[in-house]
Amino acid sequence: MSGAGTGEEWRRLDRRMLLATAAVLCGVAGGAGLPTTLGLAGSRPLWQALSWVLAGALLLVLGGTAADYVRWRRTRYRIGPERVELHTGLLLIKRRSLARERIRSVDLTANPLQRLLGLVKVRIGTGESTGGSESTLELDLVTRVEGELLRRELLARAAVDPAGTPDDGALATVDPRWIRYAPVSFLTPALGGAAAGSVMQVSEWFGAQAEVIDWMGDRFRDVSLAWMLVDLVLIATIAGAVGALGLWVEMWWNHRLEREPGGTLRVRRGLLTARSVSIEERRLRGIEVVEPLGVRLAGAARVDAVATGLAKDDGDKHSDLKTLLPAVPRELADRVAAQVLREPQPPTGTPLTAHPRAARTRRLRWALWTVAAPVALLAGLGLLLTPVLLYVAVGCAVVLTPLAVLLARDAYRSLGHGVTGNYLVTRSGTVRRTTVALQRSGIIGWTVKQSYFQRRAGILTLTATTAAGAGAYDIYDAGESQGLAFASDAVPDLLAPFIEPVPGLPAPFTEPVPTPEARSTEQ
Amino acid sequence: MTGENAVRLRPPRNAVDERAVAWWRSQLLVTTAVPVVILAVLGALIGPARFWLLLAAGAVAALGLGCAAFFPAWWFRVHRWEVTDEAVYVRTGALWQEWRIAPMSRIQTVDTVRGPLEQLFRLGTVTVTTASSKGALRIAGLDHELAAQLGERLTALTQATPGDAT
Repeated sequence: MSGAGTGEEWRRLDRRMLLATAAVLCGVAGGAGLPTTLGLAGSRPLWQALSWVLAGALLLVLGGTAADYVRWRRTRYRIGPERVELHTGLLLIKRRSLARERIRSVDLTANPLQRLLGLVKVRIGTGESTGGSESTLELDLVTRVEGELLRRELLARAAVDPAGTPDDGALATVDPRWIRYAPVSFLTPALGGAAAGSVMQVSEWFGAQAEVIDWMGDRFRDVSLAWMLVDLVLIATIAGAVGALGLWVEMWWNHRLEREPGGTLRVRRGLLTARSVSIEERRLRGIEVVEPLGVRLAGAARVDAVATGLAKDDGDKHSDLKTLLPAVPRELADRVAAQVLREPQPPTGTPLTAHPRAARTRRLRWALWTVAAPVALLAGLGLLLTPVLLYVAVGCAVVLTPLAVLLARDAYRSLGHGVTGNYLVTRSGTVRRTTVALQRSGIIGWTVKQSYFQRRAGILTLTATTAAGAGAYDIYDAGESQGLAFASDAVPDLLAPFIEPVPGLPAPFTEPVPTPEARSTEQ
Repeated sequence: MTGENAVRLRPPRNAVDERAVAWWRSQLLVTTAVPVVILAVLGALIGPARFWLLLAAGAVAALGLGCAAFFPAWWFRVHRWEVTDEAVYVRTGALWQEWRIAPMSRIQTVDTVRGPLEQLFRLGTVTVTTASSKGALRIAGLDHELAAQLGERLTALTQATPGDAT
């Protein structure tokens, strides 16, 4: 295959990138120009204001496009047999080159404008965990055909790998019904709050904040203050839910998770901005099933990849590149996780060993302290200042204590660890519960931590370090002996030489307690 | 091996150099001296707030002196290290103790660092990093010649051990 991406010759970015730049600048000029015209028209004649603004806009668009033209002239790239090179810059010439054998990912993104012009942004990355931008080459706008060719070309090496297996095709495609999990995510309150905040902010810009508040007061004249607050929160929540639905559609439309020949996982998604993320299976060290509280209560879970050298997407804060599957029913999430890992049984769904009672005591104690501190503060202030605060303190204690205890017990129930086949599985968290299945051969070290209180309670926290994902995954508050024995079994020969029997001591807390709800906590 | 007998992590074989205690102590004293001097100078200059500033300086000084008297000896007992043919094993901490293990085949870089205070006490620190962003091991408070030797030995061992480190 000698496509556009091959050959020794130097290549340029696509010339149409100038069109994209010009169009964006026109948008910016229009957006900034309109209010400026209105503002200027107040003090001088309209034609004068208009000509000033037009001149400014012209300068911006032409100047920006000219600068981009220089960038286009000065940017060249070459796909050699050994290296991929990129030269860019006018005065300070930057020369980057990546060894082709180290290229681990070729990701394509295109926003709506770029899609209209048939262009994509290509990001070529190596698996380096250090020096974020140094290990990434970005081709800012080439044609879509060229982008696809580059992707196939640069990841083709995997196809001749002996480990390469025939195309498995799609592992998952989006089901529109999954959208029901969008409103229960944490995005809903965040977007609702943002919407309410921006209403206030915009009305303040126009000096109409007081009017907006008055208007709202009028709407709710017949109801009590409490009802008004409830209604407003409800409205904000609905706005947030609508926003979350919209965002879900934009992010996950056309989602398709597939396995390509040669062992590359590819995620394609996006309604307006199309994204394509490729993850070499060689880089995959495991899988993470994430259940934020709302999503978990709805019986769903998200699937993330634990892979080396996955960059975080800067322009897309809400979703990292590692997400393989949006919130889907838990069983499906487990099944897809198993397929991604090529396992017959989902490692993330296996029964796990529960942690000792001391872990539960610890969580309950934290929960009660978290409640006690603000309550004590309020009560103290109440004694000094006004009895109203005392009532607030009592109210807080009554409402928050059961909630905290509930969360603590749930956090304890979530704790679990186990080994299944080639994978070490650990689960923790209540507000954001995660189940990680980590390749045992991908564990490159152990860290054992024990605080003074943990030492007294006979528990410890084990951390498996790995080159992939977050770099380290914790097993919180495991029994001292049982945890160490588990860790040394999970990764042979690593921990064993440093473990010794405790002379003449039975193991009161090493018996693994059978977990009451081994699979998961929802019914 | 689960369940039957209680097990624990054995302490690493080697203690750090005895001069490390003095080094830790002077580190603590220096970190305490900076805010104390600033507070004292401010107290001398600013009349109205003199009492409170000097009180704060005294409190910080007392806290620092207390730590300097108490912690270095404890750290010396806890901080231990060991290098076998297969792995590097380090224990650190006091209230929060930490055992770190990195297999030789996964070590990526070995650095030997000597800060100004360490040079004064003829000590050195060896830092061993793996491909994990969170798996670095530090052996601090070694005799500087031993640190240099250890750095070289680890580098040689790492090169001799096959493995792609991820």
